[in-house]
Amino acid sequence: MRRDYDTYLRQFHEAKWDEELIFELSVPGERGILVPQPDEEIVNEVGNGIDRIPETMRRKKLPELPELSQPRINRHYLRLTQEIMGMDVAPDICEGTCTMKYSPKVQEHMVAHNPGLVDIHPYQDPDTLQGLLEIYKKTENMVCEISGMDAFNFHAGGGAAACYLGACIVREYFHSKGDDKRDEIITTIFSHPCDAGAPATAGFKVITLMPGEDGLPELGALKEALSERTAAIFVTNPEDTGIFNPHIQEYVEAAHEVGALCYYDQANVNGIMGITRARETGFDLIHYNLHKTFSSPHGGMGPGCGALGVREFLKPYLPVPRVEHDGERYTLDSDCPQSCGKIREFLGNTHVVARAYMWIMQLGAEGIKEAAVCSVLNNQYLMKKLSEIKGIEIMFAEGKRRLEQCRYSWGPLFEDTGFTSLDVSKRLIDFGYEHIWLSHHPFLVPEPMTLEPTESNSKDDLDELVCAIREVARECYEEPELIKGAPFHAPIHDVYCDENNTLDKIAVTYRQLQKRRAAGTIHV
Amino acid sequence: MSKKTVFPYIPNSVPEIQREMLDYVGAEHVIDLYEEVPEKLRLDRDLNLPKAIRDEQGIKRHMEHLLNKNANCNEYDNYMGAGCAQHYVPAVCDEIATRGELLTCYGAETWADHGKYQIFFEYQSMIAELVQMDFTTVPCHCGGQAAATGLCMASRMTGRKRVLLPKNMNPENLSIIKNYCSSVHEENALEIDMINYDPDTGRMDIAELKDKIGDDVAAVFLENPNYLGVIESDAKEIGGIARENGAEFVVYADPITLGVLEAPGNYGATLAVGDIHSVGLHLYAGGGQAGYIASPDDMRYISEFKELVDGVTETTVPGEIAYCIVLINRTHYAMREKGKEFTGTQNNLWTAPVAVYLALMGPQGMQEIGNTIMTNAEYAAKKLSAIPGVSMQFKAPFFQEFVLNYDETGKTVEEINKMLLEEKIFGGVDLSKDFPELGQSTLYCVTETSDKESIDHLAQALARTVHA
Repeated sequence: MRRDYDTYLRQFHEAKWDEELIFELSVPGERGILVPQPDEEIVNEVGNGIDRIPETMRRKKLPELPELSQPRINRHYLRLTQEIMGMDVAPDICEGTCTMKYSPKVQEHMVAHNPGLVDIHPYQDPDTLQGLLEIYKKTENMVCEISGMDAFNFHAGGGAAACYLGACIVREYFHSKGDDKRDEIITTIFSHPCDAGAPATAGFKVITLMPGEDGLPELGALKEALSERTAAIFVTNPEDTGIFNPHIQEYVEAAHEVGALCYYDQANVNGIMGITRARETGFDLIHYNLHKTFSSPHGGMGPGCGALGVREFLKPYLPVPRVEHDGERYTLDSDCPQSCGKIREFLGNTHVVARAYMWIMQLGAEGIKEAAVCSVLNNQYLMKKLSEIKGIEIMFAEGKRRLEQCRYSWGPLFEDTGFTSLDVSKRLIDFGYEHIWLSHHPFLVPEPMTLEPTESNSKDDLDELVCAIREVARECYEEPELIKGAPFHAPIHDVYCDENNTLDKIAVTYRQLQKRRAAGTIHV
Repeated sequence: MSKKTVFPYIPNSVPEIQREMLDYVGAEHVIDLYEEVPEKLRLDRDLNLPKAIRDEQGIKRHMEHLLNKNANCNEYDNYMGAGCAQHYVPAVCDEIATRGELLTCYGAETWADHGKYQIFFEYQSMIAELVQMDFTTVPCHCGGQAAATGLCMASRMTGRKRVLLPKNMNPENLSIIKNYCSSVHEENALEIDMINYDPDTGRMDIAELKDKIGDDVAAVFLENPNYLGVIESDAKEIGGIARENGAEFVVYADPITLGVLEAPGNYGATLAVGDIHSVGLHLYAGGGQAGYIASPDDMRYISEFKELVDGVTETTVPGEIAYCIVLINRTHYAMREKGKEFTGTQNNLWTAPVAVYLALMGPQGMQEIGNTIMTNAEYAAKKLSAIPGVSMQFKAPFFQEFVLNYDETGKTVEEINKMLLEEKIFGGVDLSKDFPELGQSTLYCVTETSDKESIDHLAQALARTVHA
């Protein structure tokens, strides 16, 4: 008999091992692994290598690393992994803006074990890397088709890094044209913070547009901000609210009219793949997150790949080396005098590109569009269900359909009960959900909650989540003690503070912790 | 067979369920879900992608066929390093790094992901021990990124714009730094000044450093060992020169050297940076790179870090450790364009295999592996430089890499490497483009993955090759 979540919610309890810090498990003399010793004949011939270290550079005191047997180390870290709620064990529907989808295991087996990927060196003769280069070039061709861009680069290790690379390319492009007065980037407040932070790092001034009443940036405000000093606009669409800006093409045209470029942060592309493309909208540069949209796992925040796509006229500015195909062989081309140089050593995260290649090849055009459609359907289904729960409000764009995600507000709940969205998040763990993603800064939506169900979750998964959220909301109104004491079924209890700002409270290493304990400023 | 495909990774691709959900949200067709997307922007055709390989067995075979086209460093003997040296990765590293709970987690806080934060903390603690610094964070993109950010931190701290870099540094890192330190307006960019190296020893030319240092210098940057493999034995003096002039001393150190080589924190480094590739990460053609930055226990440094980092905190239960963010207002997440540079998705997964590696090795293992590497490398250098026409470029102690010169052989590095390839050997990295002053020189890397048999085989093959 299927479980009815309306009447029976999962009785979840996360593992709690109360595991010591590894330094506190150390037993002097224990060994975790034996390393190969130099061959006796070699030592007889050249002596021991370390005897050649100049006195000034000889390590006087060995590093105080822990000393443990291998079973204890393996057990320690396995226990710690059991105290983590990855997407594999708990559907991370509540991690909005992050596109938490299933990472197929066949991909993981390939990248973990195949020596043709694991054990290859980036400086091997390209003739001995034909398989890797073919994967790179074919993945490039496929994301070019999905986006309409003309060339891609996979060096950036994350979305923010791709944004930064995009800003570098904008800078180099105008510099090469002798147009050095363009020093401004325009973005919107509901675009990811990296759309502001990364261009600023590349040296641009950043102008940020606020939303109008419909939750979208106003075209008039954009036109006012645009000038001959605008180098580019950096925007997301749909923004983190899940609202697709139907006037996006007019924004792009307005920017082009003043000679600026248009950068499309497509971290939120999951719902529109195969539906609409950056090219037809007019964008010049875009990025996709291969570790989100294209299924490579998040790994607790990387390694990922921010795939940067550009139109033909910006291709000369991409990082080197570029993978090319002459019809017979794949080659690495570093002879690109206008290239911005490098932002990451070698070719980037090859294993992430390999996973994305497998994912696209397995789904094909039909599957990719199906993924988009189901992610949007899941979101609209979830929105309708959640909008019926007391305490939740959906701001902006009433009656309009949102795409792959939605930013909700627990504002009414807060006004009624004093409980915040963070309180809700802490209690949800007790029902088997990692947390809820609130919002990027600034919190324009009061008590925000951003959910993105992706295509990986079934109708059942969504129904179960709705019941859990409904139950937590009910508790806020009717059984507040359950919220105040939460979490009950997590490895640890509620914390006193959510940020440390003073030196005597900061301990990010065991060395610091020992000092703070000795000084009596930290009591754990 | 039904016309519509049901995709294993997309549960709601089942037609009946999809219909039920469409009805619930009031949409007749799936395209109705997109009524906010203007029709003129909708793609009016199917994507033109290669024919899909739907079944799992098929995609696995397809991928194996592609990857079999690569020659790998197991079937070939590899002597290339250049920032991506080949080291053995213990089995437990992979066991932990591939756990689904960790591999597929993301941003959950301390309550749900306690184990994740403890792994981060332990990783940070062990890196701090190696470099003898107190503060570090989860890893950044790569060693080059760490170096670039270290220099930017130094510039912000000192209010100065000029940085001194060694000419014997990693060219990929130099390219990253040059780009990262550029700006839209030239007056906001860092000015990069290169310091030459001694042609006999390969070490930084201290006389030139003294010449170029001044009170406008934000940082002196030193790789130790440097890209050409040589141990910078005057590191302490170089740091002293930097500090006397009010500049930061940024040292780039490879963690695998730090069981035997002195820790940067013990010879005056004020920022230690580098790549953690060597301690528990696979080659992946450079896909296993990740950077670290470490500093003293001082707010002047700590407040300049750009990364998200969590430190210990207390819970409602006395003695229980939790983790919470440190100084969020440094980051672009809180401050957008006013944050310190930018951060974002980088390499947090790699904290696990690196923490496991360093725990497995312990102090003894780190010392032993340092000795094995240096001994093997010394033996290889002796054997190879005994070949007529082949000579050691520098006369100075090195760790695992050394430069050989082929000028006397009358052959180029490229020619010799092509011939070695036929003997299933990846010869040393060709330096002739990045270091033309060294002629036909090559950077050999020998680690614990080599042994007497493989080194002797290399020496015989090289001898045959140069005299072919």
